[in-house]
Amino acid sequence: MNLVVTGLGAAVSVSGVAAVAAVVLPPRWRPGVVGAGMTLAGCAGAVAGGWALAGRTGHAVLPALLPLGTARIDVDALSGWFLLLVGAVAALVGVYTAGYVGRSGTGASSRTALAALPLFVAAMLVVPAAGSVSTLLAAWELMALCSLLLVVAEHAHAGRRGAAVRAAGVWYAAMTQAGFVVILLGLVWLAAACGGESFAALRDAAATVPGTVRSGVFVLTAAGFAAKAGMVPLHPWLPRAHAEAPGHVSALMSAAMVSLGAYGIVRVGFDLLGGGPSWWWVLLASGGAVSALYGILQAAVAVDLKKLLAFSTAENTGLILLAIGAGGLFADVGQPALAALAVAAGLLHALNHAAFKTLLFFAAGSVVHATGSRDLDTLGGLSRRMPLTTAAFGVAALCAAALPPGNGFVSEWLLAQSLIHALPPASTLNAIAAPVAVGVVALTAGIGVVTYVKALGTGFLARPRGARAAGAREAGPVMVIAMALAAAGCVLLAVAPGLTTPGLARTVTIAMGAPARGLAGGTAGLALPGVAAVYAPMLIVAGLVVLGVGVAVVVRLVGRPRRRAIAWGCGNGPQSERTEYTATSFAEPLERIFDDVLRPEHDVDVTHYAESAYIVERVRFRRRVPDRVEAHLYGPVRAAADRAGRAARVLAAGSVHHYLAYGLVALLIVLVAGVIR
Amino acid sequence: MIGWVIAAGQPVLVMAVAPLLIGWMRLVRARLEGRAGAGIGQPWRDLRKLVRKEPISPAGSGWLFVAAPPVLLATSLLIAAIVPLAATTSRLAGSADLIVVVGLLLLGTAALALAALDTGTAFGGMGASREMAIAALVEPTLLLSTFALSARAGSTSLSAIVTAGAGHAERLVSPASLLAAAALAIAVLAETGRMPVDNPATHLELTMVHEAMVLEYAGRDLALVELASAMRLTLLLGLLANLFLPWGVATTATWGAAAIGVVVLLGKLALLAGVLAAGEVLLAKLRLFRVPELLAGSFVLALLAVTASYVLA
Repeated sequence: MNLVVTGLGAAVSVSGVAAVAAVVLPPRWRPGVVGAGMTLAGCAGAVAGGWALAGRTGHAVLPALLPLGTARIDVDALSGWFLLLVGAVAALVGVYTAGYVGRSGTGASSRTALAALPLFVAAMLVVPAAGSVSTLLAAWELMALCSLLLVVAEHAHAGRRGAAVRAAGVWYAAMTQAGFVVILLGLVWLAAACGGESFAALRDAAATVPGTVRSGVFVLTAAGFAAKAGMVPLHPWLPRAHAEAPGHVSALMSAAMVSLGAYGIVRVGFDLLGGGPSWWWVLLASGGAVSALYGILQAAVAVDLKKLLAFSTAENTGLILLAIGAGGLFADVGQPALAALAVAAGLLHALNHAAFKTLLFFAAGSVVHATGSRDLDTLGGLSRRMPLTTAAFGVAALCAAALPPGNGFVSEWLLAQSLIHALPPASTLNAIAAPVAVGVVALTAGIGVVTYVKALGTGFLARPRGARAAGAREAGPVMVIAMALAAAGCVLLAVAPGLTTPGLARTVTIAMGAPARGLAGGTAGLALPGVAAVYAPMLIVAGLVVLGVGVAVVVRLVGRPRRRAIAWGCGNGPQSERTEYTATSFAEPLERIFDDVLRPEHDVDVTHYAESAYIVERVRFRRRVPDRVEAHLYGPVRAAADRAGRAARVLAAGSVHHYLAYGLVALLIVLVAGVIR
Repeated sequence: MIGWVIAAGQPVLVMAVAPLLIGWMRLVRARLEGRAGAGIGQPWRDLRKLVRKEPISPAGSGWLFVAAPPVLLATSLLIAAIVPLAATTSRLAGSADLIVVVGLLLLGTAALALAALDTGTAFGGMGASREMAIAALVEPTLLLSTFALSARAGSTSLSAIVTAGAGHAERLVSPASLLAAAALAIAVLAETGRMPVDNPATHLELTMVHEAMVLEYAGRDLALVELASAMRLTLLLGLLANLFLPWGVATTATWGAAAIGVVVLLGKLALLAGVLAAGEVLLAKLRLFRVPELLAGSFVLALLAVTASYVLA
């Protein structure tokens, strides 16, 4: 028993106790106790992860825990990276939960919803620590079930809100279970071919498995894990579930759970299978690239704040998968050091994304808490009424938009470096794939800035566009503390990315078998000595602060005091809030530019007076940007499933004789099949 | 020592020269249009007047409106300290590369767009929306076309790219380099709000982009925004000149080379700005929704440049 296993054990035990406490305690005590339990469990998990990143490993075998096999815990640095990520997010969400869910005892603070939270955290901590197929699958399924319960926590809301929650629950349940089934098929196939189910056995035997089986296993597991990561076109659950779940659940799912999809792909693709042919990775990287572009475009035109953040999650996981795919491709064409750099960029982006997405969902949750609205078109004016929440969202938006000196910029910088230095290209495929990938990263970053300028500018700045935003009050102290802690995490990752490099180097060495090329850290920043590339965030921050403050002070000294006046309204006096630009109008030029991709739907409905067709009584305008991938890919599948279901009703005629006959026929088929074999 | 002098001197130089460059462009324009013009010192006189006037914040705006002009100027100053304009030997050149420089440019644009949204007027929103839509296409182009050039230097450091260009003149006429030059030129026009993307002299609602964003600024706020915009133009023109005509840039850390570098830089800037001003006399502004086509075209050129630099490497 070392600190890794002890920490993990403590995390799981505390989670269990918190779950029991959620069931037995009165509503008044529930949020505080569950939140404290989650924070403790998260801290314990993060400590275990940090210890693993420092180079320790942890093993534990629990023979009688699972009905089908032995539960194995096997923690290495790769597990440690994700344990740290999940643990840190869970600890922050624990604090936020205590302030967010309220004490009503219904919805997000009901017994079930609060008991599921710590179990969800425990499951997410066990997933990266699992050391065998059955352990991984059991934890994965527990994670899926708990998160489903949490997504539908507010299903009892009246009207459209409740209906939307229930629809999100159905989508999420269907997609996550389908994902689980393909992962199960893939891993069981691999275990059968290797003759053992512990990861150590798979690792040893995977090289001797025939190529077709390896490819089949990779495609199946990658599809399942990518669905969890929200990769387009496996993403439709994501904008629904993240938008409809309560704020703390969205943060947990978007920051922590989605990253575990990337963990699964790295673990199976690199560690267990030991890499593979180029087409695997081109497939993955293309999915990532499409996901990044489509995700950020949908986010740029979204008017629902949480849906915007959800699509931005699809974008960021797209970039992570693009990095992992590029890594696999470089490894296959014999550039192991570059491959390690690309994977390092992907893993670092997973951590950075977790940090800023936690904060973004905290701030969004606090806005929903204060105004009851997620519609950017009716928000605004929060920078005066909720200054702390606005500041938190501002920090997170800077990071998420991948602008220097935010933390999102650090990992995108690293990803771009790994793609640019693929010279001289080792294969034709590389010569084509690398520039296209660079283009995707650049365009994604550009549109990302528009997205977050829109979210911050129309959601929080200017004057309120609706009565609810005008009456908003700042979030409670507990939520503010949670946001401050998450913001501190973002700032730390942004100004001192060098702190992560020792752990990152160990993680990548586990995954790729080679350290990242010349990735050197230090307190000042990141450096790639081999290619003379340096990023020194401390210097950028110091420069911006000193110059900005200096300029402001100098001009203030020579100039006159500031005065307030009404804004220019073309001589028409003060303008009402109705003339402000909204999120919809802000995104209109972009929507027009990417018209062919997004295909927005516009609906103009003009009503005339009965007396004359020339005098307009009322004009109604509606605009929607439907998810085309969902409509075209899932629409036919849903319709076919529906038709099949209706057709199958013929079989269920209600007669017991028929049912007995079905049983007999099925038995006969099984027997005949057994005889033939 | 000389590295620090260059790091501190380049921002001062750019700050001093930028308004003169604007004055020079207006003078060229005026002469070509048969007017006398105001002389190249006029923008400096305007700035002096604006700094003394009181700044006005629109009712309902917050701290971001006040903070954006200093942030914008700070990003311009920081970029001027990093990029190789007169010399490649700035002490800070090794701490940030072209991706950081493009990021800082975008940070300035985003700060100003947020301030414009913070005014809560239709003009501010309109300007911010248009400016960000253009920036979303321009920044990737800037990034990609400089990537194409970084391939030949094997580094993303702008100083390394310029030094490599000065050392191997034959590489400057490669397909990748020419495609990148075309893409970068269009991107610079769009980023600095010049014709045919935006008209810096217009105040017509239907067409204005940058001017709509800064409509609410007055007094010293406006002076800072104007100065920063002029500096961004100077920086980008200087960068464009040095990436494709790198001769004369001081690549060694000596005082003589730096002095020559300053003189050559001023010459290049005057030439490029003169050509740009003459072009603006001849060109009409594009319709706003034709601009994306131009920018998409430049993005494709930049992508071709990167591809060429990989395939023909």
